[in-house]
Amino acid sequence: MDLLTELAILVLSAFVGFEVISKVPNTLHTPLMSGTNAIHGIVLVGGLLVVSEVSGVLSKVLLVIAIAFGTINVIGGFLVTDRMLAMFKRKPDPVKEAADQTGTEDGK
Amino acid sequence: MTLATAWFRSPDFVNALYIVAFTLFIIGLRGLTGPNTAVRGNKIAAVGMVIAVVATLIGEGPSGIPVINSAEDAWLILLGLVIGTAVGIPAAVKVKMTAVPQMVALFNGVGGGAVALISWAEYRHALETGGNPELQVLIPILFAAIIGSVSFWGSNIAFGKLQEILPGRPIQLPGQQFINLALLLTAIGCAIAIATGSESEGLFIGILVAAALLGNLVVLPIGGADMPVVISLLNAFTGLSAAAAGIALGNTVLIVAGMIVGASGTILTNLMAVAMNRSVPSIIAGGFGGGGGAAAGPGDDHGDRTVRSTSAQDVAIQLAFARLVVIVPGYGMAVAQAQHAVKELTRVLEGKGVEVKFGIHPVAGRMPGHMNVLLAEADVPYDQLKEMDDINPEFPRTDVTLVIGANDVTNPAAKDSPDSPIYGMPILEVDQSAATVVLKRSMGAGFAGIDNPLFYDPKTSLLFGDAKESVSEITAEVQAL
Repeated sequence: MDLLTELAILVLSAFVGFEVISKVPNTLHTPLMSGTNAIHGIVLVGGLLVVSEVSGVLSKVLLVIAIAFGTINVIGGFLVTDRMLAMFKRKPDPVKEAADQTGTEDGK
Repeated sequence: MTLATAWFRSPDFVNALYIVAFTLFIIGLRGLTGPNTAVRGNKIAAVGMVIAVVATLIGEGPSGIPVINSAEDAWLILLGLVIGTAVGIPAAVKVKMTAVPQMVALFNGVGGGAVALISWAEYRHALETGGNPELQVLIPILFAAIIGSVSFWGSNIAFGKLQEILPGRPIQLPGQQFINLALLLTAIGCAIAIATGSESEGLFIGILVAAALLGNLVVLPIGGADMPVVISLLNAFTGLSAAAAGIALGNTVLIVAGMIVGASGTILTNLMAVAMNRSVPSIIAGGFGGGGGAAAGPGDDHGDRTVRSTSAQDVAIQLAFARLVVIVPGYGMAVAQAQHAVKELTRVLEGKGVEVKFGIHPVAGRMPGHMNVLLAEADVPYDQLKEMDDINPEFPRTDVTLVIGANDVTNPAAKDSPDSPIYGMPILEVDQSAATVVLKRSMGAGFAGIDNPLFYDPKTSLLFGDAKESVSEITAEVQAL
């Protein structure tokens, strides 16, 4: 792929990132960070791509470590995010009219 | 066999799968922006990741060699994947919710470390096969090496601080800024030397080492209260370094995924910095909370202002006869692991007809949204957690505000006294409520070492002790009423 195409993809991705994330409630800041953290584990792919190209023990060892690191990043990241998100719940019983605009919610 | 394998090995097919993968990432991230869609969003992104990895495994590397070219390579890949899985799953499943900030820092660090190692291996490969690659590959490799290494070491230090292996207070060397600048220039200087024609693995290792030292020294002086900013910034860094690796390897899914994380990390970093009314560069410069120039010398003027200490029983009576109680949690709640006790208190108070809300400051804790995660763990429904802008107008009609282990985010000096180091930082206007009870371990100043006039306010009373025990005692007293 030529450089300009890659740069175009890079710039457009930046804008997609800004657009998608710009309005996130505080409640979800941690899961969001942890989720994006898992996504940059995509570097795993980078490790896989070069493993068959390089030669020499040191290079191979570096890449095995890189693949292990990337895998930790991906698996750990998605699992922790999932655990966190599973805990977020709505108000179970709207006994009081404390719940503001979500008056119709009936979470019994 | 060759015909059968040919179609799915074709770059077009692999690239089509990459498009599916990053589409799923974007859909997944959009899901993560709303509480009802977040669980599914995370799973969608995970599916995207599986597709990206599988597509890579069946495809070819940048120079056209199949990714799984020999049994040996297949074993090496499997070894890496197995080690990563064996470490990642238990780490993620066993970690306590109070320890999530350091776990996120650690996962972020290994991501950055992977980028740095890949760039090193890639550069070695280039040297072995005919010298420096063309600049459009070389420059991203050098960039990835610097940022990846900074991110790895910086995240490890952040982990060490959060895990309390390293002291949380700022650690500073004399001439810190100068040393940091020198290290940055060394890393960039080595990179320029390589880019302008030197073919030397030594210079490349120089980049990695200088960037590693820089990562250590930049994060060491940053105090725990600034950790939300640091963690999101390092997250953005790892994303950017992944995108750079993507350009070097000509791989779309790396570019897109890395850059989206880079952009979203930047947004979060900015949100956190705005919530503290401080610029990102000033946070990186570090040293905040060293004490030093704080306007009110903490400790000196306790003599002419008195704090009113109270008992669990008194607090229980105050709370039980209130109409509206706002709870303001801070890092102290996390340290004492008091979130379940707080939930229990909330339940008991609601049983007595008291309306209870939570006021959450965006930078309370050590990670963006830290308090929300802890309270969610204790089954506090998220619609009971109010953001700063929503809860501030409520304080004037609040009967009792219960501050649990929070300090600087409630400090009225941020509004009233232009001399204060935190002047201008948006705060929870706790002092507007009819009465305030502060649960505190001792009479020490807050993390930033800044005196808090809230404690001397005649409407404020303090209950000293471990947050968890204090809350449990109050709960017992309320039940006994």
